Amino acid sequence: MTVATLEGEAGPAVDRTSLKTKLRRAERVNRARSFSLVAPLLLFVLAVFALPIGLMLLRAVENTEVRETMPRTIAALDAWDGRETPGEDVFAAFAEDLVQTQKDRTTALVGKRINYEVPGARSRFLKAGRLIDAGGGGPWREKFIAADPEWGSVDFWAIMKRAGNTFTPYYLLTSLDLRQDAEGAVSRNFADQSIFVDIFIRTIWISLLVTLATLVLGYPVAHLLAILPPRHANVLMILVLLPFTTSILVRTTAWIVLLQSNGVLNDILLALNLTTERVQLIFNRFGTVLAMTHIQLPFTILPIYSVMKSIPPSHLRAARSLGAGPLTAFVSVYMPQTLPGVGAGCLLTFILSLGYYITPALVGGPQDQMVSYFVALYTNREMNWGQASALGAILLLITLALYALFNRFVGIDKVKLG
Amino acid sequence: MLAPSYATPREKLTYFLFAVFCALVFLFLIGPILVIMPLSFSSEPWFTYPLPGLSLRWYVDFFTDERWRIALQNSGIVAVFATLIATGLGTLAALGLSRGNVPFAGLILSILISPMIVPVVIVAVAMFFGFAAVGLNNTYLGLILAHAILGTPFVVITVTATLTGFDRTLTRAAASLGASPWTTFRTITLPLIAPGVTSGALFAFVTSWDEVVVALFLASPDQRTLPRQMFSGIREQISPTITAAATLLVFFAALLMLTLELLRRRSERLRGTGG
Repeated sequence: MTVATLEGEAGPAVDRTSLKTKLRRAERVNRARSFSLVAPLLLFVLAVFALPIGLMLLRAVENTEVRETMPRTIAALDAWDGRETPGEDVFAAFAEDLVQTQKDRTTALVGKRINYEVPGARSRFLKAGRLIDAGGGGPWREKFIAADPEWGSVDFWAIMKRAGNTFTPYYLLTSLDLRQDAEGAVSRNFADQSIFVDIFIRTIWISLLVTLATLVLGYPVAHLLAILPPRHANVLMILVLLPFTTSILVRTTAWIVLLQSNGVLNDILLALNLTTERVQLIFNRFGTVLAMTHIQLPFTILPIYSVMKSIPPSHLRAARSLGAGPLTAFVSVYMPQTLPGVGAGCLLTFILSLGYYITPALVGGPQDQMVSYFVALYTNREMNWGQASALGAILLLITLALYALFNRFVGIDKVKLG
Repeated sequence: MLAPSYATPREKLTYFLFAVFCALVFLFLIGPILVIMPLSFSSEPWFTYPLPGLSLRWYVDFFTDERWRIALQNSGIVAVFATLIATGLGTLAALGLSRGNVPFAGLILSILISPMIVPVVIVAVAMFFGFAAVGLNNTYLGLILAHAILGTPFVVITVTATLTGFDRTLTRAAASLGASPWTTFRTITLPLIAPGVTSGALFAFVTSWDEVVVALFLASPDQRTLPRQMFSGIREQISPTITAAATLLVFFAALLMLTLELLRRRSERLRGTGG
């Protein structure tokens, strides 16, 4: 208050600055008030959603198993030059670590981690554990190599040393069907382990098929809904919205009932004499794409519809009156204007299709499972969390890149629901 | 009706084929849902038409079987609390963002919407790891928080949509007449955005009610929800009880859609746009 009076005495110029300051302060308070409304949700999403995902991404490169269970071996390998089989110091440290891992029952854990990169390592570690349990002392180098000459392999120890690093590119490389040999050079992975690029290509391919199918089926329907008088359009809209609000699980169940070999569709085909025997419609690519198309169709239709709705019908009439044929008028005047909706609908469907898990799992065969299925598989069954996280990280990267594209060209705030 | 009056016969034929094509697509959209419903009233446990006889036994099964009853109850509990959290936080955030002076509003909005875009399996696995560290796995709280996250984008989107047509002079008038911010919110803003809030809440509720992947990862058998119970049933052998559950869910969806449509009309009326 006092300051303001003093400034006031200094003349009108200063007064204006003071007004500006006050305005700026008021704006700042206002901004802070707006932000405080957003903050609770932002913090909630960051803490419960973004943070766990960040930690999962970290898990894709994290490599603590060997470092934590075999600290002495890793320390001893630090001084090893990697030219020939390590000396007794490394083996003695290894034996000491094995005593501890046998006690903690973690030998199999280390063995499993090394086994990813050196096939057969797990059983060798378990055997070494039994060797330690049998008692007796060193020298360990000869003892281990006598038990299994592979313990003398330079490559094995090089990989062991690398497995002691805090971070590893192993899981990400494996997800891209690549491997790092003992010298650290990256090359294509062994054929029997190169399954992941295929899975990514399959995921993208299925998503493309579904996107295309929804566009071909959805575009005419969106057009129909846009040109019909509202009274009729509203009734037909129900047929789009009812499946949209029905549980995905219910719709997937419906497709199983329809498609299975003694199901409704096969009954119809037989009754119409279209086939002489029951056709395999489910647990294959056809069933997967069909059921996914059914689920995604409203997502493609609705954005196209809302864009078509905003195109004045006079444009088409104008084109016709200027001499364009019906096809020319539609293709060169109407269709270009619908492109924003087509882009939005297709991109949305493509992004959402990439992440499908439940539907392919229930109506697809082994060859139709998408990346999400393998993320779940490596988490639940294989217990290979590094691999699950690496696959998830790549899927997430692709999804977020497309999401950024969507945001740039469409704007997520333009998405309408129902 | 579709073809303009100046259409040539060939054009009329095109319009006819176009109408037939659309009819087939509508059949494709609605057919599977219509086919599964009558099967739940079949007297025999196989899925064939014509129905061998009518019976309500699968509905009796659904409502009396302990597992389905617990699943129904769990779904209800989780969905209600998840909806409350999602609606509260989502509405506040939409109000804040709509004031137009939040720094990095675009970035914040993309973050808030991202739970809708990120593949649900990634959300499930990440939360499975993350929640394990703080003991939230296999708890109701964990499942509620996860479902609330999945529901918030819908609330943010619907409330933001309502607010874009919101006449700000109304709140300014209230403030200039001496109403406190809270009174203004309660008596002016809230009634006007209520349709958007409600439809957002309905979407959030359905998201939780239908969600199966996160439930598979985060819930123990104690918290098994309706979709999870259905999922394990479908995996083994589809029993007609599942078609009964599915039919009930379709009715639920139809009810929801009707409510949303009524809300949309009410919102349009309140904002004075459209009929």
